[in-house]
Amino acid sequence: MKSFINTYRFSLVFLMIILFMALINLSLATNALGIAFDNILTMLGVIPPIFILIGLLDVWVPKETMIRYMGDSSGLVGLFFAFLLGALAAGPLYAAFPVAAILLKKGARFAYVLFFLGTWTSAKIPLLLFEMTSLGVHFTLIHVSSMLVMYFIGSVLIEKALQPHEKKAILLRLNTI
Amino acid sequence: MTTTIFYSSAVLLLIISFFKDRAKTQKALKKAWNSFLKLIPAIVPMVLFVGIALTLVSPEIISRLLGESSGLLGIFAGATLGSIAMMPSFVAFPLGQNLLNNGAAYPQVAVFIATLMAVGISTLSIEVKYFGRKFTLLRNIFALVASFIFAFLIGVIL
Repeated sequence: MKSFINTYRFSLVFLMIILFMALINLSLATNALGIAFDNILTMLGVIPPIFILIGLLDVWVPKETMIRYMGDSSGLVGLFFAFLLGALAAGPLYAAFPVAAILLKKGARFAYVLFFLGTWTSAKIPLLLFEMTSLGVHFTLIHVSSMLVMYFIGSVLIEKALQPHEKKAILLRLNTI
Repeated sequence: MTTTIFYSSAVLLLIISFFKDRAKTQKALKKAWNSFLKLIPAIVPMVLFVGIALTLVSPEIISRLLGESSGLLGIFAGATLGSIAMMPSFVAFPLGQNLLNNGAAYPQVAVFIATLMAVGISTLSIEVKYFGRKFTLLRNIFALVASFIFAFLIGVIL
């Protein structure tokens, strides 16, 4: 019971806030719960299959293969795969974390994984047409091209900022998840 | 659409994997289930928080905050809202269009959309769980800076 409260302490606080909102105006609370419910539906649309794909990748792709294609000395091939993985997917940011985690765990280079996250959050091919029709062709082209260039630079910078022992700590942490 | 692609490829690969090696497939499913279970305590509060935040700050309020004459303040408002809120892109893009139609300015909407997709304050706890504090902090700060530069470019070019 105590550990349950500890694990869900933030959830309980937020539920209390929603309860408080219900006391002021019932529609506020139902609106908040409705948005939360919508988000859970979106999540169920992407998270379970992503975890299954990650599980399969985990058991089928040996570490050596990942290192060859996305490891420290994979060069442009690694960059290309990072881009491809990020651009072809179309899920929310949090769905990218477990994917990035398995890539790191299997020996992918930090900069490529960061670039993968950057691509995931700015250049989704399945959504490009949609962005163009909503916000305009120019807007979309500037968005995608400027973000990709900046993330490419940022990935290298952030990788440099992480000390070898910090990278090791991240990999150790990932092994416990 | 995305859901269909994700689910069908997962099912297809599961079937192939099952025929190739039953034990390995079971192991993969077990791993998938365990990581899913571990994520739930982080997802529930995030979803509730976003529900509360988006209820208190409606699209009408957002377009007023990001209005044509909102200037630098509007940029910061856009970045703050985008960093906190969480919604799928197929909701975010039409919302951005809606904001523009309601009188919001292009750079403000740009920073809102960019941070919405790349900066995750609501998902910080999940990101830290995976990658630790420093990685998470650096990635989010960099994404925030990149979003500002993107908004500046939009302001200059469009």
